[in-house]
Amino acid sequence: MDSISTQFYKAFIRNDRWLLYVKGLGNTLEVTAFAALLGVVLGTLACLFNLQRSKSGKRTIGSYIAYVYIDVIRGTPTMIQLLIMWNVIMATSKNKILVACMAFGINSGAYVAEILRGGIQSVDEGQMEAGRSLGLTRNMTMLYVVLPQAFKNCFPSLLNEFITLLKETSIAGAVGLTELTHAADQVSSATYQYMMPLLGAAVMYFVVVKILSFLFGILERKLRESDNR
Amino acid sequence: MTTDKTAMIRIRGLKKDFGDNHVLRGIDYDIQKGQKIVLVGPSGCGKSTFLRCINLLETPTDGEIWLDDVKVNDPATDINKVRRRMGMVFQRFNLFQNLTIMDNITLAPVKLGILSKEEAKEKALQLLKRVNLQDKADAYPHSLSGGMQQRIAIVRALEMNPEVMLFDEPTSALDPEMVGEVLEVMKQLADEGMTMVVVTHEMAFAREIASRVLFIDEGVIKEEGSPEDFFTHPKNLRLQDFLSKVL
Repeated sequence: MDSISTQFYKAFIRNDRWLLYVKGLGNTLEVTAFAALLGVVLGTLACLFNLQRSKSGKRTIGSYIAYVYIDVIRGTPTMIQLLIMWNVIMATSKNKILVACMAFGINSGAYVAEILRGGIQSVDEGQMEAGRSLGLTRNMTMLYVVLPQAFKNCFPSLLNEFITLLKETSIAGAVGLTELTHAADQVSSATYQYMMPLLGAAVMYFVVVKILSFLFGILERKLRESDNR
Repeated sequence: MTTDKTAMIRIRGLKKDFGDNHVLRGIDYDIQKGQKIVLVGPSGCGKSTFLRCINLLETPTDGEIWLDDVKVNDPATDINKVRRRMGMVFQRFNLFQNLTIMDNITLAPVKLGILSKEEAKEKALQLLKRVNLQDKADAYPHSLSGGMQQRIAIVRALEMNPEVMLFDEPTSALDPEMVGEVLEVMKQLADEGMTMVVVTHEMAFAREIASRVLFIDEGVIKEEGSPEDFFTHPKNLRLQDFLSKVL
């Protein structure tokens, strides 16, 4: 058994292995960022469609599509969705980052949709009524009044979703993408030691989560301005 | 079935069910331009539902509502256009929590393309001055008292230049010391000739400003009359009972 310092040397310094972690971390962040973006856009759309009703109170076709999307994505493992994206839907694409962004973004969208639904339903119905009573359309009131409040209400849950997303990208190694976990795994295989590489990766995830939480905290305080001014 | 075509708002055979609960069981009424109609009645009698049917916040189960020559509850009517002509003030104020007072007031006219941003702001400031709240333009609703919020809610409705104002228990959610300031603004409006439909429990106020007072009970108009007759010589037994409790 090597000493701690030797382990550290093998895991990070020798052969410039730290570069591998940096590359992995870069890929992890890239996939997380784009998937989060896609997730928020898809999730917002899915949520709005999911809540859409015709004048008689029945679901519209768009509403059914959104409902099935949310239902299927939440009901199946992310790993299987990723594998289907890589091997079936985007089988011709060699761009692993793109495939991962799509798979995780589509996955995250379903959860964002449900988070946002909770946020919208927590906004007082009187806000919509007031908008409608002034002659604003349903969509306008949604856009200018209800959604901003809904996003603010579900901010903590959204942060949670992004943290989950960040960590869930660790399964992208299954399609050969060198994200952070896969990078650590490669070092482990090369050096036959596991503690240092995995611990290193864990620390990096943790630090990113901390930074993300910190940034969200600032953003949340800014959004809360309207509550205590 | 309409008889009086001159009335500004004509309500014919209005019914509203919530499931098996028949809240409104057939209401016919005409509101003339400039009239101040006050609706009173026990809670749950349907007076708020009646008011909310006028601008279609509730969809009537049966009957007709006319604003001049527009049938309000016709599916072919653009309800958003109709609502621009009817201001509404809610019990819980319902100011937009995410917007400043100025944005609360100017959002609808600007987004609907009725006023430019500058025109809307200028008009909003004038209206805010009228209710003595011009210094609150940049505040958020949360930081204001209920009385201030309700006065601003009235200003927000007035910014659209409505032809009629609907008030749904505008003082019921206020602390007692703030009721007066809101009623004062409503009195001003009444004096200026605004057509008003008011649901309220403030009997003294009703007596002072009302052209006609309606007693709604069990989903129908049980009594209707001038404030003088209504409060001093009530004929309906339920109204006598109701007034003995609230006066």
